[in-house]
Amino acid sequence: MEFDWIKIPYALLTLFIVLNYGLLMTAIIQKMGARAGRRYGIRFYQNYIDLIKNYSMRSKITHGYMFYLGPVFRLTGGIGLLLFVPTIYGSEMWSNFSFSGDLILALYFVFFGTLGMALGAGESGHPFAALGVSRGLSQVTAAELPFAIAVFTVALQYQTLNFNEIVAAQQGGFLNWTLFTNPFAVAAAMIAFLGMMMRSPFDVVVAPQEIPIGPPTEYHSAYLALMQTNRNIFPIAKIVVYMNLFFGGAGSWPEFMIKAFLLYLVSALVGVVFPRFRVEQSIRFFLIWGVPVAIIGLLWV
Amino acid sequence: MKDEQDRKVPLPDELLPRKIKGPDGFEFEVDPLQDYFCQEPPKEHPPIYVKIVEDFFNWARSESLWILGFGTGCGAIEMRPLMTPRFDAYRYGIQWRPTPRQANLLIISGYLSVKTLKRAIRAYEQMQSPKYVMGLGSCTINGGMYFDSYNTIKRLDEYLPVDMYIAGCMPRPEALLKGFEDLKKIIRAGDAEGANHYAENFELYKENQKKVILDWDMPDYSW
Repeated sequence: MEFDWIKIPYALLTLFIVLNYGLLMTAIIQKMGARAGRRYGIRFYQNYIDLIKNYSMRSKITHGYMFYLGPVFRLTGGIGLLLFVPTIYGSEMWSNFSFSGDLILALYFVFFGTLGMALGAGESGHPFAALGVSRGLSQVTAAELPFAIAVFTVALQYQTLNFNEIVAAQQGGFLNWTLFTNPFAVAAAMIAFLGMMMRSPFDVVVAPQEIPIGPPTEYHSAYLALMQTNRNIFPIAKIVVYMNLFFGGAGSWPEFMIKAFLLYLVSALVGVVFPRFRVEQSIRFFLIWGVPVAIIGLLWV
Repeated sequence: MKDEQDRKVPLPDELLPRKIKGPDGFEFEVDPLQDYFCQEPPKEHPPIYVKIVEDFFNWARSESLWILGFGTGCGAIEMRPLMTPRFDAYRYGIQWRPTPRQANLLIISGYLSVKTLKRAIRAYEQMQSPKYVMGLGSCTINGGMYFDSYNTIKRLDEYLPVDMYIAGCMPRPEALLKGFEDLKKIIRAGDAEGANHYAENFELYKENQKKVILDWDMPDYSW
């Protein structure tokens, strides 16, 4: 197989654009959440300052090797997911390192960061971190179930495991999107989406009032900054996957930005309206509402 | 007045060094105050970058103050309005963090009883440098209305390096906002080196702390 070296700077450029887009968009979504609570909200460039501040902290302590590697794994999960999925459809420049069968790899990367975080937070030795991780893993696993079934549905529907071909099959008007050709699969995947975005009602994993911020309890300075970086890349990468699978992909950057914003808004809106679920409630929610819908979608195909 | 030696409170049983028999019959010694904690004193972290970079970092630090959500006295109630719509401190880059590891600013909000001082010291020492301390209300300056109390400390800066006092009993949320703005000016000027001051005068601070905390049952420095 021939490898085009120019793909590497292009992929890095994609990463750069997505990082900045993520930083600005999360701030604006946070502002909208604040406005819903009748506050003015943070400044739109606050995320940049927080990031610089955390990178510039002078002291850091460690709890062991895995403690170092936890945030690194998490960031790898976010960047890896982004780099192996075509960001913009039909463009050689922005298709990154997509290859036939990248759908399976993407499924791996969605889970990769959580597992790395579990190992890292476990080594920090803080009881709240262990609590948060066990909650997080059980919740994400439950949310992953409808998502995985929905992904298999899509793969079955288009008879391919390649993102480019899946997006190609959805071109030509929005009625060709999976959203309309297989609404059940999309509904199930959107339920899983809410669970994977770590926003209310599924944010008991990082509940600040109950288990002081969960897995990242012991993380600080540059470790925390790495995780913040990932927090701005990973949701966008996940949205790219969703966009490609269910919403016809994006033909250009403006289309990408609008679609990503609207998708993120779905989880933000739900988060503003609904209070937090307990872990067993959210698992039950995914199993009762997510999985049957996903199975109906699978049978539909 | 009792003798210094008589006033010392003995360690509770669970903190004493002792022998423990494991489930497999293996006996081993445990010293709770030594085994789980690092006894090394804190290090100084002087500004190491060239001035323009350090100034830029100081600006970032000043515009992103993360407060440890830890209230000690009646002043804690004055911080709630800052999080809610009326005074909304988030628009000035101020946030509350639930864990000392991620916070930069410790606000001692009002009188500090000796029992709480222990926790305040541990919380302060677990924060990462550069870190700042703010004393809220007259209780932290000279004892305030508790000036003759047997169980509260009178001057906060004998125990922790304070960067900023906000006077009042209690100061209103507006006063706090003004205080934050003044603290930002101090940080931007590069004068908020409280963490280094604490490391430099570590023995002095420990001596003062141990003078009032009689049942000292924790490591000398909490990492």
